[in-house]
Amino acid sequence: MKNVQKQKRANKSLPFFFRDEFRVSLVIILISVALLITTFTFDIVPPILNRGIQPATFPKALLILIISMTLLIYYLATKNPWKVEKKLPRSFFLTLSSFVIFVLVSKTLDFFLAISALSIFVSYCWGEKRLFYLLLVGIIFPIIVFIFFETILGLRFPPGIITNIYYS
Amino acid sequence: MDNLLLMLAPLFSSKLLLVLFFGTLFGLILGVLPGLGPTTGGALILPFTMTLDPLSAIVLLTSIYCAGTYGGAITAVLINTPGTPAAAATCLDGYPLAQKGEAGRALGMATVSSTVGGIFSVVILVFFAPILAQLAYEFGQPEYFALAIFGLTMLASIGEGSPIKNLIAGAFGILISTVGKDFMTSIDRFTFGINELTEGIGFIPVVVGLFAMSEMLTQSTLINQVFNRIALKAIKLPSKDDYKKTWKTILRSSGIGSFIGVLPAEGGTVASLIGYSEAKRFSKNPEEFGKGSIEGIAGAEAANNAATGGAMVPTLALGIPGSATTAVILTGLIIHGVRPGPDLFREQPDFLYGIFGAMLIANILFFIFGFFGAKIFARITLVPNKILWPMIFAVSVCGTYSLNQSIIDVWIMLFFGVLGFFMRRYGFSVVPVIIGLILGELVEGTLRQSLVIFDGNWLMFFTRPIALTFFILSLIALAFPLIRSRKLKKK
Repeated sequence: MKNVQKQKRANKSLPFFFRDEFRVSLVIILISVALLITTFTFDIVPPILNRGIQPATFPKALLILIISMTLLIYYLATKNPWKVEKKLPRSFFLTLSSFVIFVLVSKTLDFFLAISALSIFVSYCWGEKRLFYLLLVGIIFPIIVFIFFETILGLRFPPGIITNIYYS
Repeated sequence: MDNLLLMLAPLFSSKLLLVLFFGTLFGLILGVLPGLGPTTGGALILPFTMTLDPLSAIVLLTSIYCAGTYGGAITAVLINTPGTPAAAATCLDGYPLAQKGEAGRALGMATVSSTVGGIFSVVILVFFAPILAQLAYEFGQPEYFALAIFGLTMLASIGEGSPIKNLIAGAFGILISTVGKDFMTSIDRFTFGINELTEGIGFIPVVVGLFAMSEMLTQSTLINQVFNRIALKAIKLPSKDDYKKTWKTILRSSGIGSFIGVLPAEGGTVASLIGYSEAKRFSKNPEEFGKGSIEGIAGAEAANNAATGGAMVPTLALGIPGSATTAVILTGLIIHGVRPGPDLFREQPDFLYGIFGAMLIANILFFIFGFFGAKIFARITLVPNKILWPMIFAVSVCGTYSLNQSIIDVWIMLFFGVLGFFMRRYGFSVVPVIIGLILGELVEGTLRQSLVIFDGNWLMFFTRPIALTFFILSLIALAFPLIRSRKLKKK
């Protein structure tokens, strides 16, 4: 309890633009406003086809609701600040970057290769240095999963340098 | 009598028994592994259910639900980390009792109270789901709209964390459901010129992303965390003295859990916390709570398992999920062409009673598996995260891809993984997003159809007695946290 209070005090001493509550609220509001603007580009249905309300009305109402409630949580947070979260460790950013690598590899090279690369990379970054276990998570297990999905569900994975060899 | 025979049907089908066996086993493993759970597991297994008939598919999902909820207790008692969020309250007394060298007694009580709670809730389900379904015949579009709004406000009100943040998350979930072609006018919304988005955002990528991938990112921040594991010799059935101390608590918590489960909220998580605090309030020895009270374990475990049957009541009777896992089960029903609601009770009673019976058997099966195999299941927690999570990643990616064979779904899953991580970091629960997503089409559809019926007059909603009742209940649900916090401040 004391630690939470200390963390809250620490948060209050920061300038407002460094506080989590400000940054989180700002991000939500900016995204919501951008989406709200997008709703104005939705096609308008002629009255004869329109049943009840226009297709843009419902999302608009939701976004306005989200923006108003975000303003409310920010207002409440000025009175009762959120606790300061611990800094994220290096392993988090490495895992996050592995997601980006996965998207790039699966789009350009191969879906299976992307799974293998991410598995080995994440396992290594999280502290696994033994070659057998790296091979287990990066190659043996993905092959089992691949074959399992392929045979049981009759799934066809997207084309790529490795899957093309397999399918040919 | 006929219904009872229908309930026992799974016992006479070797296929269903096999499905139940694997579902319970798989559910237990998922429950034991911290970070995974019946919701993620159900979402991952959903593509495989396509190879099964509808009844087997739903039996598989429900057995995972029942066993997964109990499995969390094993990890809670032995390593002080809840295997599922619903087992958080079990840690409070389970781990201290295990530290005193009574891990077997703690797990024995958790197993018995979970089984009793689970069976109690199936009885509630068998009696109340048909009554609720009968009532639902009175519902038109405005009533369904008001009911969905009530569900979302309840979720915000009694869910974990800040009610306003829960409401934002719920509204965000509904917003996701609006992506794609508008189902009434076929006009594109939020597709940004991406063809794959015209079909909308699928449920599975969102669930797997928000639960499994966000958990993977959370685990990446905890790689240096060391768990103190307590060795388990064998599970001990509660003694006569323990039964005397706890039978009232187990029954009370079973009732509380079933009731909380019926309300659309975080099911077992909220139920176990309320069950635990009520056990403490009624206990003759409240000072023992937090130090290894056997009543504390019984109160939390009976309640969280009782919520499973409770949460199935609105899911089957109204098509409104009572928890995140029942949202997955609801998706399973829809994928297999089964439309939950009152008509299901009239047209396919054999299907429904098959599910009820399967849940009953699953509760007995996890008692047997838990009693004889807890020691083995506890060893699963020894698999290091650096091996486990890359494997979960591979299964998640293939599972998500498999439903629509779309790589975009996989990217959506990763996006929601990152989003879910930051949501949880800043105190936004991800469960309302899931419920909002599944209720989104119902909310918008019934609103628009109601407005057509009312010729655009919003005030007509308040002329319908059932809809008005739900709106009033929604207001009460929204006001409840305010009243509660004021009361706490006064104290």
